[in-house]
Amino acid sequence: MGFGDTSYDVAHVLGGGMLLISFVLLYQRRIFALVNALALQGVVLALAAAWQGHVQGAPQLYITAVIALAAKGVLIPIYLRRLVMQLPPARRAEPASGIGASMIAGFLLVGLSILVVLPATAGARALAREDLAIALSVVLLGLLMMVTRRTALAQIAGLMTLENGLVLAAVGVAGMPLVVELSTAGLVLVIAVIAGVFARVLHERFDSLDTSVLDPHRGEGT
Amino acid sequence: MLLGACFLALLGLGALGATGRAPRWVFLGSAVASAGLGLVGAIGLPATPLPFGPPWGAAQVAVDALAGWFLVILALAAVPACLFAAASPPPPRAEGAGFPLFLAGMALTLIAADGFTLMLGFELMSLASWALVAARHATGAGRRAARLYLAFAAFSGICLIGAVGLLAAGGGLGFAAMRAAPPEGWRAAAVLALVLLGAGSKAGLVPFHVWLPLAHPAAASPVSALMSGAMVKIALYVMIRLLFDLSGAAQPAWWGLPLLGLGVATALIGALRANLERDTKAILACSTLENMGLMVAALGLALAYRGADLLPLASVALAAALLHALNHAAFKTQLFLSLGAVYSLAGSRDPDRLGGLIHRMPWVAGCAILGALSAAALPPLSGFASEWLLLQALIQGFRASDMSVQLIAAASLAVVGMAVGLAAAAMVRLVGLVFLGRPRTPRVAGAPDATGLMRVALVLPTLLTLVLGPLAAVALGVLDGPIRQVLGPQAAAPRFGLELALGEGGSRYLPGLVALLLALVVGGLVLLVRRRSPREPARGPAWDCGFLPPPPHMPFGDPLSQVSALGLGQPIRRSLGGLAIAPREWLVNQPPGSPAAATLRVEGQDRGFTRLLYPLARARRALSREAEQLRGLSLRFYLGLTFGTLVSLLALVALLERG
Repeated sequence: MGFGDTSYDVAHVLGGGMLLISFVLLYQRRIFALVNALALQGVVLALAAAWQGHVQGAPQLYITAVIALAAKGVLIPIYLRRLVMQLPPARRAEPASGIGASMIAGFLLVGLSILVVLPATAGARALAREDLAIALSVVLLGLLMMVTRRTALAQIAGLMTLENGLVLAAVGVAGMPLVVELSTAGLVLVIAVIAGVFARVLHERFDSLDTSVLDPHRGEGT
Repeated sequence: MLLGACFLALLGLGALGATGRAPRWVFLGSAVASAGLGLVGAIGLPATPLPFGPPWGAAQVAVDALAGWFLVILALAAVPACLFAAASPPPPRAEGAGFPLFLAGMALTLIAADGFTLMLGFELMSLASWALVAARHATGAGRRAARLYLAFAAFSGICLIGAVGLLAAGGGLGFAAMRAAPPEGWRAAAVLALVLLGAGSKAGLVPFHVWLPLAHPAAASPVSALMSGAMVKIALYVMIRLLFDLSGAAQPAWWGLPLLGLGVATALIGALRANLERDTKAILACSTLENMGLMVAALGLALAYRGADLLPLASVALAAALLHALNHAAFKTQLFLSLGAVYSLAGSRDPDRLGGLIHRMPWVAGCAILGALSAAALPPLSGFASEWLLLQALIQGFRASDMSVQLIAAASLAVVGMAVGLAAAAMVRLVGLVFLGRPRTPRVAGAPDATGLMRVALVLPTLLTLVLGPLAAVALGVLDGPIRQVLGPQAAAPRFGLELALGEGGSRYLPGLVALLLALVVGGLVLLVRRRSPREPARGPAWDCGFLPPPPHMPFGDPLSQVSALGLGQPIRRSLGGLAIAPREWLVNQPPGSPAAATLRVEGQDRGFTRLLYPLARARRALSREAEQLRGLSLRFYLGLTFGTLVSLLALVALLERG
């Protein structure tokens, strides 16, 4: 399996699409667009999982795909959109921060993950190797997003991306048990709900989504 | 059998001492037990597994020639110290318990034949001596000295455990297994560094010497005598055992150079500080530093010569170290006990409150002066023979083919000469201030002499010092065994009959003849003066150096008309003091109109504090401040830290894969 082989190419395109959307997430300042991109990434993830299920002949991956589509492509974005709708328009975008620098950092991270994964998995199938490299890039980009963004919703989006990367890595490897994927999916739902509640409370109490407003209040009881 | 009985006796005495009953018998029993240990040392003992030990095997004990030599040294230092302790007023209970344990720890270190037992004994010795230092001081400067000592003891223990672990990595913990697999390459270098740090900080090598002049004087006098006379020798023994014996004979010549350099530096700094201290026991502790420096320098020289295949010279240097260990144990025990007797009978350790004691305490003064003469390395006494050997070994440094060894030996020769001279000056200052001159306080003018057991405790090591001087060659004959064991069967102690000789046609020293000639000259002079003098000798008043006669309320003379400890040390402090301490002098002026005299205040802090300990403490504080700031970071910073760690680990992985 290599270049020119349909199964490899399609998987590669889907993974590359996820990586591309990660970069979109990295620089997108408007929160609506951010949620949309997140939903798109969820859909691409579902497609990738389904394609892997088709290629590997593993029916449980279809279940993964359905869960990803339902949770990440539909439910969480709808929930987040409703959250954003409650915000005043001025809060629906985040103050500009160094986009160019974070893009360059993202490039470097992708290079790093390819440098790490490709030599480490010299014996594995080409598909798994590329998949792992892309998945690691997505994870690192999600982390980078959590570090560089200031608002709570953007940080949640970073966490989601990170999780998407993990699931992508999981579906690319043959023989991953279904229960692991189910539990990660459940975990992500719970995280999304908690983070949403947190963002709402943050907004109501401090009239801001910037998590740094919490810093002076550390150690205080409720 | 005897060994086991002695150990059981020491442990039982420790328990008895803890109850606080019959302290006199505890110390007398300790004296008997340590004499028994010395006897075991003289007889020797083949390697014997004990019926108990750590979980992975039986503990092993053995007394070979080297350990036997040090056991004899331990016994020779311990017996007078125990007698002195028995003659002293009853000590606190902790001291009664710690004293026998301290002896047992030192003996256990010496008889150990595997790494575990060695470290067990070493740590027992460290902890017991710490308890003995701390027992007399619940608070204050003594307690701080004890804490500093504990920190250094823990440091040396950790380093030595590391060294023993590295040595044991080849085979097992038994000495035979370690000998069979000597370390090589980086492991050998690490063993050298760890032993230097561990045993060196116990022996007081620069820059880890700062605790010694504080902790040794803080203990009770017999404990100080044991710490200075015996404990530092145990560190020396560990050094010889690990570096010479267990690391194998194939180590390179450069191994000796760090020991040589550190040794001469320690000797110089110790001798310098001995001229600057204001406490009689601290002067002796600094002199211990000087002597340890000389011994370690001799060890380094022996290592260097062995590496250069110059076995006869290596045995000269090793004999210097081992013989000096014995001599130093004798005269330093004796000096500490003499000054301890002065402290308990005349009530002070400050030379400025003593003086003229030769009239009131002829026995103590006579012993102390003989010990000081030996410490100053004057010819017929014991200290001279070993230092002569060391200097001869240094002079022969040009025989090594390695240029660096030659140069370092030549430079060391100059420094050692300076250190020996400074040590003699320190002894002159000590004896002159404490025993000569006039009494400086009424208490001193009425001090009684040492009697009974205390006098015995002083006379024993003095006799040893006197005997070891002319008969140094006999002691060297006994040293044949340890030297052969360490350097191989071709080596032999540098002696020729009753002479100390560097082989055929080399330099020679016949201590007995020198003593005889000196005795003849002195006796002849005395007879001549007696015979030629027309009148009976008469005592006149002491010259008051041109001062006015003292006022009537000062029956012992104006203290200002006698030189003080600081005054006597001033020339050396001004000219050389900066090498060892960071001195500060300032004038305390009286307010205008006051008739009182202005005073000159002098303070000095050891360079070890200012260069090593204070920067370390500052670094620790700065680090903890940094760590404290980590707690106050924002959420994004924490995420960033995690992220940064992850990315750098990944980069490391990528780098490693590439390489």
